[in-house]
Amino acid sequence: MADVETSGAAITFDKLGKSFEKKGSGQVMALEDVNLDVAPGTITGIIGRSGAGKSTLLRMVNGLEQPTSGTVTVAGHDVGRAGAAELRRIRRDVGMIFQHFNLLSSRTVYGNVALPLEIAGVPGAEIKRRVNDLIGRVGLEQFSNRYPAELSGGQKQRVGIARALATQPKVLLSDEATSALDPETTQTVLKLLADINRDLGLTILLITHEMAVVRDIASHVAVIDGGKIVEAGSTYEVFAAPQHPTTRSFLSGITGITLPSFIAGKLQAERPQGDSQEVIRITFAGQHATDPMLAKLTSELGIPVNILAGAIEEIGPHPFGNLLVSVEATRGAEARAYLERHELLTEVLGYVG
Amino acid sequence: MSANLINLLIEATLQTLYMVAISGAIGTLFGLPIGVYLAVSQRGELLSSPWVNKVLGLIVNATRSVPFIILVVAIIPFTRLIAGTSIGTSAAIVPLTIAAVPFIARLVENAIREVDSGLIEAARAMGATPLQIIRKVLIPEALPGITLGLTLALVSLIGYSAMVGAVGGEGLGDLGIRYGYQRFMPEVMLAVVVILIVLVQLVQSLGEGLARLVDKRAPRNRGR
Repeated sequence: MADVETSGAAITFDKLGKSFEKKGSGQVMALEDVNLDVAPGTITGIIGRSGAGKSTLLRMVNGLEQPTSGTVTVAGHDVGRAGAAELRRIRRDVGMIFQHFNLLSSRTVYGNVALPLEIAGVPGAEIKRRVNDLIGRVGLEQFSNRYPAELSGGQKQRVGIARALATQPKVLLSDEATSALDPETTQTVLKLLADINRDLGLTILLITHEMAVVRDIASHVAVIDGGKIVEAGSTYEVFAAPQHPTTRSFLSGITGITLPSFIAGKLQAERPQGDSQEVIRITFAGQHATDPMLAKLTSELGIPVNILAGAIEEIGPHPFGNLLVSVEATRGAEARAYLERHELLTEVLGYVG
Repeated sequence: MSANLINLLIEATLQTLYMVAISGAIGTLFGLPIGVYLAVSQRGELLSSPWVNKVLGLIVNATRSVPFIILVVAIIPFTRLIAGTSIGTSAAIVPLTIAAVPFIARLVENAIREVDSGLIEAARAMGATPLQIIRKVLIPEALPGITLGLTLALVSLIGYSAMVGAVGGEGLGDLGIRYGYQRFMPEVMLAVVVILIVLVQLVQSLGEGLARLVDKRAPRNRGR
């Protein structure tokens, strides 16, 4: 047994690396020096573009992929060094749901949820009790005898979730679980995941390419780009003060923080000669998020502010807003200093002549 | 047509059914596991074993390359070893089975390979052993394809069984050759052909019906 003491994290990635043999081009690094602790009972989102390595990272948690260097530790078990039998035991403690559900078409809803229990050798009466319980938890009582082909996408993912919970795992892995669903269904599935996280104290590690998913349920986030984790922390902190360009570009996908195209087209990095406007991104976070700061800016300093785009949202209990504004370039520095003094984050995006 | 001829036709039909049923059953008994193994032993698959896979594939191809009428004659010593005799209807089951096994194996292999690899991944993530994945995922999921494959194999066996007259195997084909052709009795030939057509139709419809029954992939209308 290659058990190691951990710092109480549910999942620990330690200097993890993964490279693939690729025909013609030799070794391809999929992941490089990944270090991340996933605290028990949290929902952690790993966000990245396709090909960033997030899927590989997730698959190493239950040993579907083996690391080429470093370790993955789940509940004290070194997954990469586990033998076949130990790996199967670890996998029963780690549920997984999939983008395309991966339900058996030949089994009913009941049969699909029962499958992991049959595999684990649970006695029949116990299977029956637990499966009916789980089907109730995901709200599919009337669909118990239906086949997956007769269900909607959202219902299929509910079956997938019930199936993943069957062996009472400590960790749930979600591989783009809502990416094949429409926005409304996505919300109900995310809510179910959040409920499960709360009720069962289950640790959820999810990968996604949608910042909205992270915003809606993840308490922690790690941004992965080119096989490396470029930014990680609590969702609120990362959203309020994104450091890495990749994080910023993901955040700009969420409403309110994209420049209208008629301005984006005219934006210059350097301040031009003569009259111009400075375009500023203001991030409202913390206790001042709800204060009427722009109104104060105008009334106290006499600087007129032109609002270009913006939105206020909530991350967990925190209000969180983003505004894109423009002010006269000559007074830009003064305006930013005032806002920063009131604990708002500002960033100059460019100038418009 | 005389009562005697009708009796001959009935007897020949039963002999054909007997040969096809036994060789089909034994062929499935061996062909199914070989087919499953061919599918899962490919490089990167569940029981990846590329070399064994290659050798097994060669043997299967070699057997399938031999024209059936040649196979019947070529394996006479083997047939005698198994059946105790090299002529007659029961002896004919040996070459029919030898031909059926690799054919069924390839059909089963194809059906198994059609199974979505995501399902295998899901089962692995549940902690399933390779054997559990085969029993609980691959075979049930491939069952519609396997059923259609076995239907095709049975239809081919009905055709093959007409050639075993060469080694004294009886049945419809043999009757057609001996009476219809060699004794110039076109009405016997016609009757044989009609019975064969009906048999093939029956097997085909039955197989397709069965495949539809086990196929849960398409939504059905419920409550009508």
